[in-house]
Amino acid sequence: MKSPIALLSLLVGFIAMSEGGLFAAEADVLQAQQNRTDVVKRAAPTVVAIFSPDGNGGGSGVLISPDGYALSNFHVTSACGNFMKCGLNDGVLYDAVIVGFDPTGDVALIKLLGRNDFPFAPLGNSDALSAGDWTYAMGNPFLLATDFQPTVTFGMVSGVHRYQYPAGTFLEYTDCIQVDTSINPGNSGGPLFNAAGELIGINGRIAVEKRGRVNVGAGYAISINQIKHFMDQLRGGHIVDHATLGATVRTGSDRTVLVDSILESSDAYRRGLREDDEIISFAGRPIGSVNQFKNILGIYPKGWSLPLVYRREGRKQEIFVELPALHRKSELTQAEGPKAPKPPGPRKPDPKKTDDPKLVEAELPKEEIPEEYKKLFVKKTGYANYYFNQQEQQRVLQGLEPFVSWQGPQAKWVLNGKTADGDNFQIKLLPQALTAQFTKRAPGLQNLDGADFIDEPPGSGGLLAALYQFKLLLSEGKSAFTQFSYSGSQPLDGRGTMVDVLETKKSSVECRWYFSVTDGALVGFDSSLGEDVDSCEVRFLQYGDFQGRRFPNRISVRYGEISYGIFEIQTIDVTAANETQN
Amino acid sequence: MHTMKIQTLVLTCLIFSSFLANNDCSAQSTAQTIADVSPKVVKIFGAGGGKNLYAYGTGFLVSPQGHIVTVWSHILDSDTVAIVLNDGRRYEGKVVGFEPPLDLAVLKIEADGLPYFDLNLATSAGPGARVLGFSNAFKVATGDEPVSVIHGVIAAKTTLAARRGAFESPYTGSVYVVDAVTNNAGAAGGALTTWDGRLLGMIGKELRNTQTNTWLNYVMPISELSETVEQIITGRFQSKKQDEEEGGSLTKKKPRRYDANDFGIITIPDVVARTPAYIDRILPGSPAETAGLQPNDLILFVGNDLVQSCQTLKEELGRLESGDQLKIVVRREDKLITVSMPVVKKVVE
Repeated sequence: MKSPIALLSLLVGFIAMSEGGLFAAEADVLQAQQNRTDVVKRAAPTVVAIFSPDGNGGGSGVLISPDGYALSNFHVTSACGNFMKCGLNDGVLYDAVIVGFDPTGDVALIKLLGRNDFPFAPLGNSDALSAGDWTYAMGNPFLLATDFQPTVTFGMVSGVHRYQYPAGTFLEYTDCIQVDTSINPGNSGGPLFNAAGELIGINGRIAVEKRGRVNVGAGYAISINQIKHFMDQLRGGHIVDHATLGATVRTGSDRTVLVDSILESSDAYRRGLREDDEIISFAGRPIGSVNQFKNILGIYPKGWSLPLVYRREGRKQEIFVELPALHRKSELTQAEGPKAPKPPGPRKPDPKKTDDPKLVEAELPKEEIPEEYKKLFVKKTGYANYYFNQQEQQRVLQGLEPFVSWQGPQAKWVLNGKTADGDNFQIKLLPQALTAQFTKRAPGLQNLDGADFIDEPPGSGGLLAALYQFKLLLSEGKSAFTQFSYSGSQPLDGRGTMVDVLETKKSSVECRWYFSVTDGALVGFDSSLGEDVDSCEVRFLQYGDFQGRRFPNRISVRYGEISYGIFEIQTIDVTAANETQN
Repeated sequence: MHTMKIQTLVLTCLIFSSFLANNDCSAQSTAQTIADVSPKVVKIFGAGGGKNLYAYGTGFLVSPQGHIVTVWSHILDSDTVAIVLNDGRRYEGKVVGFEPPLDLAVLKIEADGLPYFDLNLATSAGPGARVLGFSNAFKVATGDEPVSVIHGVIAAKTTLAARRGAFESPYTGSVYVVDAVTNNAGAAGGALTTWDGRLLGMIGKELRNTQTNTWLNYVMPISELSETVEQIITGRFQSKKQDEEEGGSLTKKKPRRYDANDFGIITIPDVVARTPAYIDRILPGSPAETAGLQPNDLILFVGNDLVQSCQTLKEELGRLESGDQLKIVVRREDKLITVSMPVVKKVVE
């Protein structure tokens, strides 16, 4: 049976020759070829060959910003440690530091150091993919690229929105892209590009069975759209967590997906979801199977609010559900640092044996971390690298600059105004106590003598406690809180604009502060008196000028499903703590 | 001869390059092909479990009434299997027929109006043709997810040298060898199509050469299977495999009321899958001798039923009832000769 193979190779030869003019290839063939080489030429400089400092581990990655942020797999970086060496196709080996990682989704964000003009890959839209689309996988399979020139493989999307069951520890591939593009050990963490050369996924997993750890026609890439949801948390140095609904689902008859059981402490329960409710859609996508539901749930970080439509007794209802964390914090912090449990997936094969020992020596990068970079890693429990959280805090806190005139300790604030439903109010934020007086609503009193923070005025979810937190933030800033962190971005209330989130804690009160991603403005916050209860949701609808000072003058206050009121602030009296009040 | 080869080569070249030309500009039509083919491919869940005995497979629809072609495998070793369509509809599938020498089984679900491959429109292809493979390899797809699609090129059309100790396979016919990894766990029974979605063949089982530890990605051309598939669907099929081997737990026990001996006919030994029903000798004083049958006659018909092999002869004779008139058509030299003899009541011992 030699002849067909010989024929085939001859064929290939003919086609190759045809370019030289023996046969005129069709113009669109040449054009298609040109397009491919152009994409590869553009993409290759963004592809990273990652090595552990001792040269014993490695994989691939891809640059996504000119200042050196690069994506890879958690199972690649976890084998490398906090600092690693990264080769680009310019032949230069760069230092890099871990920024954040996602043990569940198998994603890691690192930062290459030493340049501010790195080539980087544009992010595509992985939801626009469909089976049959062409893709390029690039990276360092079998660690062949000793000169850091990435290997390119070309193939087809075999399936989209695939769900791959958890294998081993945390790892779960949800809503991933399946390709027949050859993905091999060492490709892990490397980019999957679409035909236009946009980054659509991070290659991370291959089907392996009895044929050993090589490509058998089924590779899986984490979709870039999933990674986008987590990106800001990763940039904030977090060990990020995925979400659950607080409820389990099952397949009902006729391909329906039903709530099987639900935690009464969950937000979904408080929003009204119950056992046996039929889930129609989630996050705007229709639900036809349990896998689909898991797929959608799997691509969102904990803490996001998402729309969910369910049907009960023939009636459809839309709710916005805040998603609780998939893991306990302690579970994930086990994943901290380089000694994390290794999830399965393509891994580096044994280093290539070579006869020339000098060559091996020359290939091995130096182990030490340059002194100037050591400050770029700050260890803190719950974080991959707290240094980057500090950087993001500083960035987001710039949103408080318009409020700089409110700084100063122990001032007394008195807010006067009218609610939208015609109720006059006076709210006093004093050093000893917080009070609220209305003409119609019940009054509120919250002592600040160490007493627990409670729901005052009643039914507001703790508006006084919330405004007290706001006063602390404006007057004292970060130092007023026992815990302070940047926790990524999310769509406000599950439907609004994207906001950066700062999280604070002061005694038992936890707050989430929302800053618009587009202009940095503080648009509101949630203040929670404890776990598993609804927050007091404060939204700044409008800002005004109060004797030269910026302050929200139209504030919406919600508690659970109920709007407590819309507050129009007319005057603010501020006196320093040492002045006596009239 | 030489010139002709070159011509063929150039022609193939042109065809090949036009395929390539379609590569990017036909992105829409590739998507269309996949959209057309995917609903014709089904996910099968049945018996099995454990490391190398997976409980899932693939099949494809060949009739709007829900006839499904798949490989004959352990997955079917249960009373019924679950068939999940492209849109998530789930059915109970029953085996309506199978042919182990072809590694073929036909299942049926109770449905109607389904998208299907018309076997009459199936085609063939040669080396260099670009192909798409559709299967539920590794059980990646469940529910309403479409099966996986991979692309490749036919590397060769050849005969599967299913030698003991090397490639062990019951199937020994011609195959397409594909350059893509079409044959994975659960992929067997999947469809191989042309770039425009015409059926080429059925993806075979995983096949390892035990001597070289290499894996062969082979596809059985639909031309090898379609006749048997049609026969199974129309209920005219008789397996070429001997029932006595007890391979077919699912076939009904066939009656064995009479055999050739009862009429004094000794056929040649039934040694291969389709041994032609040649008469070896005639017992003296037997009805066959009276009727004028002779050694080397080839039995073609029993009654109006075509006798393709010793096996079918055995089955046809087994169905006779006492009192019937046995009519046999034989070929002797270039002539067809019809003989007739009474079926007498057998003495029960």
